[in-house]
Amino acid sequence: MTDVDAGFWTTVADTVAAVCLLAGAFLTFAAGVGTLRFPSLLARMHAVTKPQVLGLILGLTALALRVRNWSAVAMLVLVVIFQLATAPVGAHLVSRAGFRTGKVDETELQPNEMDPSSTDDPH
Amino acid sequence: MAVVVVVAAVLVVSAALLALRRIEKGPSMLDRALGLDLLTASLVGAIAIEAAWSRRTETIPILVALSLVGFVGSVVISRFVAREPDGDGEVRSPEEVAAQARAADVPRGEQFGGDHPGESDEADGDRRERRNRS
Amino acid sequence: MSLHPRRRAARRVRLLSAQWPALVVLTVIWVLLWGDLSWANVLAGLALAVFLVVVFPLPPIVSDGRFRLVPFLNLAGRFLSDLVVASFKVAWVALRPGPAPHGAVVQVRLRNAQDVYLTLTAVLSTLVPGSLVIETRRDAGILFLHVLDIEASGGLDGVRRDILALEARVLRALASDEVLARCGMPDGRSVVDTVRTTEGEG
Repeated sequence: MTDVDAGFWTTVADTVAAVCLLAGAFLTFAAGVGTLRFPSLLARMHAVTKPQVLGLILGLTALALRVRNWSAVAMLVLVVIFQLATAPVGAHLVSRAGFRTGKVDETELQPNEMDPSSTDDPH
Repeated sequence: MAVVVVVAAVLVVSAALLALRRIEKGPSMLDRALGLDLLTASLVGAIAIEAAWSRRTETIPILVALSLVGFVGSVVISRFVAREPDGDGEVRSPEEVAAQARAADVPRGEQFGGDHPGESDEADGDRRERRNRS
Repeated sequence: MSLHPRRRAARRVRLLSAQWPALVVLTVIWVLLWGDLSWANVLAGLALAVFLVVVFPLPPIVSDGRFRLVPFLNLAGRFLSDLVVASFKVAWVALRPGPAPHGAVVQVRLRNAQDVYLTLTAVLSTLVPGSLVIETRRDAGILFLHVLDIEASGGLDGVRRDILALEARVLRALASDEVLARCGMPDGRSVVDTVRTTEGEG
């Protein structure tokens, strides 16, 4: 718990925090809609990488602006770093597994440059 | 602030429900991994909203742990569970399980288990043969 | 294994000193986890980091790179703004009525196949433009990306241009002068110029 003195900067920080909180929650919601609505595994992967990560970052920013406590902010920075480092790796692993085990309908991908024959493309 | 918190909480909870729906629908384990990832993220969001509302810091270590749990989950699933036979990713209702058990003439409990499909099929066949003979 | 014990110890020390960036990063993470900077935390974190590096040794990263502050800030700034734009784009695609756009798989050959820059470019390109890395060929430096909305991303060439520009920013921020020269990006030319020339070559 931190003691918070009422004042101009507190109001500013709280307002920014409120905006961040709303934007973050909106993006998380959009990620949820995306995971349900997108027709293919790879398209769903997009929904859980971009909006979800930014939504989380905005939510944590709001929290940092509300608590204004260095040790808490340090841990929140760590959470953001973990998210930024792990989300792409997780998405890559899941989509690669989907591709290799044939869970991706390759006819939907137009064009698809990953034919086995196109690997020696002298681009 | 109260209105903001309520709106944000509603949005995050709906995101969690949508993720749950995706986990239930599948159709493959990888889709569930993705849904679980989103569920974890919305849990983190919910905890962050609560902590921002009450300005408390003691729940923040939970966020650190949760942010890693989602990643480990999807890595494990994509590494070990991705190879599944066709139709294995569907969750069957009890009626469907019963119908299938009746069709295969196997007692219900034996539908599950059997790490080696080939072996257990053989065993089932043996049992069926024995039953037919008797 | 047949090394003399003393030489083996010397080799281990050399390996450890080659991995000082890993030690620093692990210690910083430990201190951030505890949330306050004190001697006890720093020392405990350092001890744990040494333990981890010795018990789980990783192949050393070949880093002949040079850190440049201004291009790095450019990279970070563009990354943040792109993250915001990409997130709201995907959110809009998810929420708007109508069917989802059709995706595509694009092959991008990077200019530089070194592991560090390949990895960084792949990670950043998954987060930033409307793309997702699904497969890489390490030896040839090729990325295969899934694009959510191929028309909105400017077609195949638009995606390639975006990824190569991203790679150029990464190289400019972190790579050594030789690498930059080899990739046809000596200092002083803008990112757009170099992208145009490589397109002309390709």
